[in-house]
Amino acid sequence: MPLLKNNNFINDTWNAVGDDDVISEGARVIVSLTRLQRDWDTLARHTGMLGVVIPNNADERALAPYFAQVALVVVNFPAFTDGRSYSQARQLRLDGYRGEIRATGNILPDQLQFMLQVGVDSFEVSERFALEDWQKAALQMQLTYQLGYNRAGVEREVWSQRHQGFAAWEEQPHAG
Amino acid sequence: MYRYDEFDHSFVQQRTAQFRDQANRRLKGELTEEEFRPLRLMNGLYLQLHAYMLRVAVPYGTLSSKQMRRLAYIADKWDRGYGHFTTRQNIQYNWIKLEDTADILEALAEVEMHGIQTSGNCIRNVTTDHWAGAAADEIADPRPIGELLRQWSSLHPEFSFLPRKFKIAVTGAPNDRAAVKVHDIGLRLHKNDKGENGWEVMVGGGQGRTPMIAVTVREFLPEIQLIPYIEAIMRVYNLYGRRDNKYKARIKILVHEIGAEKFRSEVESEYARHPAQTTEVDALELARISKYFAMPSLEKQSRFAPHFEDAKFKNKDFARWAKNNLAAHQVDGYTIVNISLKPEGGIPGDATGEQMRVMADLAERYSHDELRVSHAQNIVLPHVKLEDAYTIWQQLLKAELAAANYGLLGDIIACPGLDYCALATARAIPVSQAISRKFADMDTQEKYGPLKINISGCINACGHHHVGHIGILGLDKKGEEYFQITLGGSSGDKASIGSILGPGFAADEVPDAIEKILNTYVSLRQPGEEFLAAYRRVGPQPFKDALYAAA
Repeated sequence: MPLLKNNNFINDTWNAVGDDDVISEGARVIVSLTRLQRDWDTLARHTGMLGVVIPNNADERALAPYFAQVALVVVNFPAFTDGRSYSQARQLRLDGYRGEIRATGNILPDQLQFMLQVGVDSFEVSERFALEDWQKAALQMQLTYQLGYNRAGVEREVWSQRHQGFAAWEEQPHAG
Repeated sequence: MYRYDEFDHSFVQQRTAQFRDQANRRLKGELTEEEFRPLRLMNGLYLQLHAYMLRVAVPYGTLSSKQMRRLAYIADKWDRGYGHFTTRQNIQYNWIKLEDTADILEALAEVEMHGIQTSGNCIRNVTTDHWAGAAADEIADPRPIGELLRQWSSLHPEFSFLPRKFKIAVTGAPNDRAAVKVHDIGLRLHKNDKGENGWEVMVGGGQGRTPMIAVTVREFLPEIQLIPYIEAIMRVYNLYGRRDNKYKARIKILVHEIGAEKFRSEVESEYARHPAQTTEVDALELARISKYFAMPSLEKQSRFAPHFEDAKFKNKDFARWAKNNLAAHQVDGYTIVNISLKPEGGIPGDATGEQMRVMADLAERYSHDELRVSHAQNIVLPHVKLEDAYTIWQQLLKAELAAANYGLLGDIIACPGLDYCALATARAIPVSQAISRKFADMDTQEKYGPLKINISGCINACGHHHVGHIGILGLDKKGEEYFQITLGGSSGDKASIGSILGPGFAADEVPDAIEKILNTYVSLRQPGEEFLAAYRRVGPQPFKDALYAAA
């Protein structure tokens, strides 16, 4: 599956490993939440970068103790109509997670912008749509009415613009 | 009323361009119908029995005459010369072509209107009291909050793919005309000892298959905390609402299954965990919006309106209409005109393009350019001089808009039913028409007093039958339509869900059954006692006896 990041298809340098697979030194591996919690004593000493994939019904608070050492969180969209992971990503950002968030599963180009706004950075996308479709979709709207959901330099917050002096939140955890 | 600034204009224009692109991709086959579905729904476009249906948002029910004329134009140009005002203060067009939709949305955008989030599993158009800003009993106009919520909920990145649709209603008056207790979130205004506004937040009401009355989660939420608090409610719902069964996916089921206490504590802990960084912007924005909703500058009028009194004395039909269709205004010498879209034998909520233009002209000349759509599918002129009422009535009469049945038996709420809707199991409109014909005589209607008859064509309850004093639900049994009758529902401040009386009736038996129920009421009522009060006093038994004993 192509990996989309910063509006380009890039090579995926991460590898998902099973709960009992051996992890080679220095590798970029994605483990399950279960394994992260179970094997933390060993994983904490892993020399490569560590990623974790969470199911969309997991409580994201379980990840909080690992924020500093986890460089990638993968959230899952089993169907494009299932919006739970929008809230998971948002909570991760509100709770101060600053690493990469990747979306996987069934997603449509027209949903890309919402995902970027809640803090997702990269996307495992289907080959059904061309790169241009994704690129266009990321910039469909240039305004948001909500506070704290805009990407600096991409969407403008209507309410903050109207009441200059109260700038958009300074806390923009995902500088995406 | 609210006017778009440059931001609102470009927002709606960008959205329209986005939809045009999506519709083109669908027409070219680049998007499948399944993929296109959530995208079109979020712009108000449904696929119905015979054609596409476009639902246009009338935020909190407020329209200018220019906007009403544009709705008429759309009805004439792209539909079959009429539109249907809905129980959510919107208007829908039943005969739309997909190819025309983007052009229609563009025509709407020119007059500051759109179809954003009138359907789909997202936060829907916010509804409120149709007399807001004019009613004599009001604490404050709820529409500024309505507009604040309209903006905040528009394309919310986090809450656009919820388990199910989400409806918010707001009332600023103690007499609830917005049915807030049967909405996903209901907001009701209170004032404290210091004169500050605070909102009672109610969650988990709803109709549909499982009707429920909302529970209060906050008694008095300071106004500027509304947005972050509602975001906490939405997040709890988005994460924990059921997605395995669409009939159990509304927030009412979540509240019911985990219990009101547990739900409240989940919301409070989410709210405490991620408090708003700042609410100053919300406060400034609310203040900015509120200015648009100031009472228009009304000329001073004497409390006594001699021409109005004289006209009532001379014309009995006008006197009857004035008695039933006018409501008390905050300002002396003014009145609220309720235009009934329920003529004898008509389709509740339908208006032709020509009728829309007549109402727009009347609003421009006599009601400070303002109209309202009510959730009971009527139109309101909110700021009218009593002295102009007779002139208005004469114009309405010519346009067949002068039905004097506001709030009476003939003022029936009905969904489009099997005549249009892909979900319906029975035809609601013909039953409504038959009842309205049988009880066409206004003396009879007045004898029965204030009454709400609500008819739904299936258990999804779009016709609000659960909260009708008399509710009628159309069902299908082996290809035969039959209608179940419930009594005792109400969407008012003492909201209640009606109870099923007994076995259902065939469509042609319904009017006679209604008559038996009403005659039973007349025989047992105490002086001045309305139908609902009498039912609550005596319970269902006398009505059951009247309907089923003989059979």
